Amino acid sequence: MTTATSDAAPRQKLRDDDPEANLRLNPVKVAIGILGMVVIAWALGNMFLAFGYYPEKFGSKLVIGVLAVIGGVGGAAALFYFLNMFVEGLPRRLSEGFIPYAFVLPGLALVTLMLIYPTFQTVNYSFANSDSTAYIGFANYRTIFADNAFWTSIGNNVLWLLIVPAIVVALGVVVAVLADKLSATGEKVAKSLIFLPMAISFVGASAIWGLIYAYNNPGQSQTGLLNAIVVGLGGQPQTWLAISTAKLNSILLMVILIWLQVGFGMVLLSSAIKGVPEDTIEAARIDGASELQIFWKVIVPQIRGTVITVFVTVFILVLKVFDIVYVTTNGSYGSDVIANLFFNKLFAASEAGQATAIVVVLLVAVIPLIWFQIKHFKDEEAG
Amino acid sequence: MARSLMKDGRPRSPFSIVTMVVLALLWTIPTVGLLITSFRSRDDAATSGWWTALFNPLGTQWTTSNYQGVWSGQDFGSAFLNSIVIAVPATIIPIMFAAFAAYAFTFMNFPLKELFFLLIIAVLVVPIQVAFQPMLNFLGPRGLGISGQYMAVWLLHTGFGMPLCIYMLRNYMSTLPRTIIESAKIDGCSHYQTFWRLVAPMSMPAIAAFATLQFLWVWNDLLIAKLFLKSDNATVIVALQKLLGTQGQGQELLTAGAFISIIVPMIVFFSLQRFMVRGMTSGAVKG
Repeated sequence: MTTATSDAAPRQKLRDDDPEANLRLNPVKVAIGILGMVVIAWALGNMFLAFGYYPEKFGSKLVIGVLAVIGGVGGAAALFYFLNMFVEGLPRRLSEGFIPYAFVLPGLALVTLMLIYPTFQTVNYSFANSDSTAYIGFANYRTIFADNAFWTSIGNNVLWLLIVPAIVVALGVVVAVLADKLSATGEKVAKSLIFLPMAISFVGASAIWGLIYAYNNPGQSQTGLLNAIVVGLGGQPQTWLAISTAKLNSILLMVILIWLQVGFGMVLLSSAIKGVPEDTIEAARIDGASELQIFWKVIVPQIRGTVITVFVTVFILVLKVFDIVYVTTNGSYGSDVIANLFFNKLFAASEAGQATAIVVVLLVAVIPLIWFQIKHFKDEEAG
Repeated sequence: MARSLMKDGRPRSPFSIVTMVVLALLWTIPTVGLLITSFRSRDDAATSGWWTALFNPLGTQWTTSNYQGVWSGQDFGSAFLNSIVIAVPATIIPIMFAAFAAYAFTFMNFPLKELFFLLIIAVLVVPIQVAFQPMLNFLGPRGLGISGQYMAVWLLHTGFGMPLCIYMLRNYMSTLPRTIIESAKIDGCSHYQTFWRLVAPMSMPAIAAFATLQFLWVWNDLLIAKLFLKSDNATVIVALQKLLGTQGQGQELLTAGAFISIIVPMIVFFSLQRFMVRGMTSGAVKG
């Protein structure tokens, strides 16, 4: 071994020279590692508590923000540094076995605390009373199942799930295919404009669409675009979001979500369509296939995976749709959905038992999706 | 008639051009309407549609008073700062934790690895509503007592963003050449050094993609902000939601408030769109 390489890799050299070192504990490293982790955790905890209880001592919120970023990011980095030092200080065989857990467990612990533990706790609370202090058996389930509002919400959710993901995928494919036929600049501009709503919050989008669905009394000039068009064509202005006939109001709210999500579908589908090998299309064209036949018989089978991905992602989003309904109708006029019903039970009515029972219903609805995701992942790993 | 050709030699498609122009307009009109309304005086906005200002720009009283009113009068200035103070750490902290986990899932073998990863995939789908009642208890006065503070919301967003972050980064890292990682090991680099010097820099596209998605999600979130923040710490989205509830008085402020709430995500979106699209399509968000 030359000196140059041994300089570059002193640790390796140490191991080569002294095989016993691998087996020994390095108490200094272990001690510094543990001490470092404790000090960092203590300091961060206190800093964040100080932000919470004495915000005025920091002058402005910007100072807090900057300190939080430095503390949060630097703290997390330092925590991993000392954790790594601790593990490296252990005898080598132990350390090799430990290090993967040192990397995985901090993240996994947070997921466990924020999602896995609450899942079980929510199921637990759904059998308890309104402030989770005593068990009351299935009473919450009996209450919500006997409530018409619950079944209306379920019906609306089903309608949202049937309509929104399908239309997002269909429009996404149409936009992706047509944009592909534009010039490079045209494609870029058109896609950016359609993608843009993805940056807008559900609340912001509801405010934006409020200007379209707005209603003024007949005779006044209409400030809502939809009513202006209707009146312009000789019709009567309508209070759009109050019309539950044929679920019109729910459908108009779905339009908002579709407007937000088509860009997401388009981006994924467009990249899938661009990935379809040109020669398969060329071959079909030589065989005399029409453009429509090429689309259905050649392109669609090859982008099937992406279509499913977009569909499932939007499906999951729709299942939890809340903000749009909450800020527009808050569930009145027969437009309620499960997530909004849940929020009102939890927040407005303080019925924790019934609220958690509603979440359990939602949870049961996603079980097939969990199964699907895992199967999909296993297929992908195997393929 | 021969179809005209574009610069790159492909035939021009009039049908595509017309349809795409119509779709792009349909997708843009609502936002344009908001932008125009936010600069109109209260009387104008109440008596005529925003499009009249578009057709008659000189006869319209343009004003910025809505913005002044909402920024100071409705505390959007303070809410705006809150949003930044919440969104930036809530974007960066999950990445720190997830990147280490993704590294282990990609480059290390250990017992229970598959079970842990399947757990991550399973919770990708679990609705975050399951967390609310237990977390209100855990973070609230009955537990840690930090509900209402920024920290509670950082923690929640970190936990909720983690599964997707681990999943995206792991998918991206598994496309990195393994030989580089192995040669680093032969050179005597520890996993920690390999992570910082090689894997983290090489994963930047996926990190940027997730950061954009997470920032948009945190900034635009209403549920968590409403349930876990006291009113001093409320975000712009919560402020906007409160404004949406008011009828009549203050209606003219709504559009200005909405525009303030969407300007930052739009800037982030436009400057990082490249990364986001690349990250989303390069197998980062599959499944």
